[in-house]
Amino acid sequence: MSTPAILVDKVTVHYGEVLALENASLSLEPARICGLVGMNGSGKSTLFKAIMGMVKPDSGQVLINGQPPVKTRKEAGIGYVPQSEDVDWAFPLSVRDVVMMGRYGHLGFTRRPRKADRDAVHHALERVELGEYADRQIGQLSGGQKKRAFVARGIAQGATMMLLDEPFAGVDKRSEATITRLLRELAADGATILVSTHDLHALPQLCDEAVLLMRKVLMHGSPDVVLQPENLAMAFGLDVMNRG
Amino acid sequence: MDLLNILLEPLSYDFMVRALITTAIAAVVCAVLSCWLVLIGWSLMGDAVSHAVLPGVVLAYIVGAPFALGALVFALLAVTLIGVVRNTSRVKEDAAIGIVFTSLFALGLVLISVTPSQTDLNHIIFGNLLGVSTADLVQVVVLGVVAFGILVLKRRDLTLYAFDPTHAHAIGLSPRRLGALLLGLLALTSVVALQTVGVVLVVAMLIIPGATAYLLTDRFSRMLVIAPAISAACSVAGIYISYYLDTASGAMVVLAQGVVFAVVYLFSPRQGLIGTRLAKARRRRAVALAR
Repeated sequence: MSTPAILVDKVTVHYGEVLALENASLSLEPARICGLVGMNGSGKSTLFKAIMGMVKPDSGQVLINGQPPVKTRKEAGIGYVPQSEDVDWAFPLSVRDVVMMGRYGHLGFTRRPRKADRDAVHHALERVELGEYADRQIGQLSGGQKKRAFVARGIAQGATMMLLDEPFAGVDKRSEATITRLLRELAADGATILVSTHDLHALPQLCDEAVLLMRKVLMHGSPDVVLQPENLAMAFGLDVMNRG
Repeated sequence: MDLLNILLEPLSYDFMVRALITTAIAAVVCAVLSCWLVLIGWSLMGDAVSHAVLPGVVLAYIVGAPFALGALVFALLAVTLIGVVRNTSRVKEDAAIGIVFTSLFALGLVLISVTPSQTDLNHIIFGNLLGVSTADLVQVVVLGVVAFGILVLKRRDLTLYAFDPTHAHAIGLSPRRLGALLLGLLALTSVVALQTVGVVLVVAMLIIPGATAYLLTDRFSRMLVIAPAISAACSVAGIYISYYLDTASGAMVVLAQGVVFAVVYLFSPRQGLIGTRLAKARRRRAVALAR
């Protein structure tokens, strides 16, 4: 068996008294796209933070490519696409500035970009079809373009693993299709991609596999199986079936 | 009296020359730092730290240590206390900040009141621009250059920290360390500005220039130029005005910055209250003419 790209092994996380993750285990092969499905408060964000090493598990461990997350971080291997609400869209940065931040892990003390870095940013922007918007202030993009800008940051970074937090929230259908195609291409190039979402209809086209999360991993399998109504009912409570 | 004379006359006094140099340096360093503070939402933190350093400065004076050292210690103490009160009680952050910095400031005032040779120390509170000695000037230059140098060299990391600390963490940087660096620089900068406008008005120099520049541009790199330029111009103008009108110099500097902010707030073509409307009307007229 090959080394899993992401191995979450019996991870438990508390915030004070609140139990956020309980004995969660997950193993993800390289170059796969996995959808992380669960309600708000089901621990999706906490699982992301544990994988990035931002919260220390009370017990259990996380390994990325068989090594502790800190190693992969130092190699600039982890790309992160934040939730829209977590970004200050009025921040005075251009799209190009944001994508350049993907290169910082490769740069020296003052992070002064060289030609190779500017080229990497240029190619990343072309790849997500934002080349003509490079000099726009980031808040002046549409919902889908904003997401693509952050995906471009991960591409410029050369991330072998991408974590996307709700990439389809506030995104129109066309951008959704563009993002899906883009992520499939990245996976075909060998990137391992973990997508957290409560937007279920986009999952089958995007993901190779899906995980149901409710503080622990309830189920991990192909999207078709995981998204069966009776399984979703476990993760979301029964009313999701009525809402369709 | 012609313009040249107006500009040159004050320079014939050494104390005015020292005042101008000190203020310009403090204005530039504060302004550069303010760009990050207003974007992170740390204005209140700037207020807190700049007040909380007072007891540190007084104690440093008493034992004969460098002001900057005492200031740094108390800045860190203030930040730690704020964090402790916020995290371990139901008191919210703004209240925690208010409690900690006013208490430390009061401690500073008490220490001043029991320390002989009070005159020097009272100047720390309201600034004493015209009484800056050569030794003060040297200290401001050294600290100012150090703070400015670190800010400029690490500007990209600090901007990354301000914009997206999670990404900073994901690529192997330490957001905690970058935050601590910024707070340390805030303490250092507070000491620089103490000499000029005093503890009470330092916060103005730490907020107004960045906020003004933010209304003028969509590029952080330009903010880092606009803010210090405006701030330096205001400080020089403020000192000249105070010279001729015989008003408090530190306060005049801050007043000048406030006036410039008000003008920008109203007339900035991008964000200004009136400026955006004027720009829209101009565009409409241009469209009408083109028809």
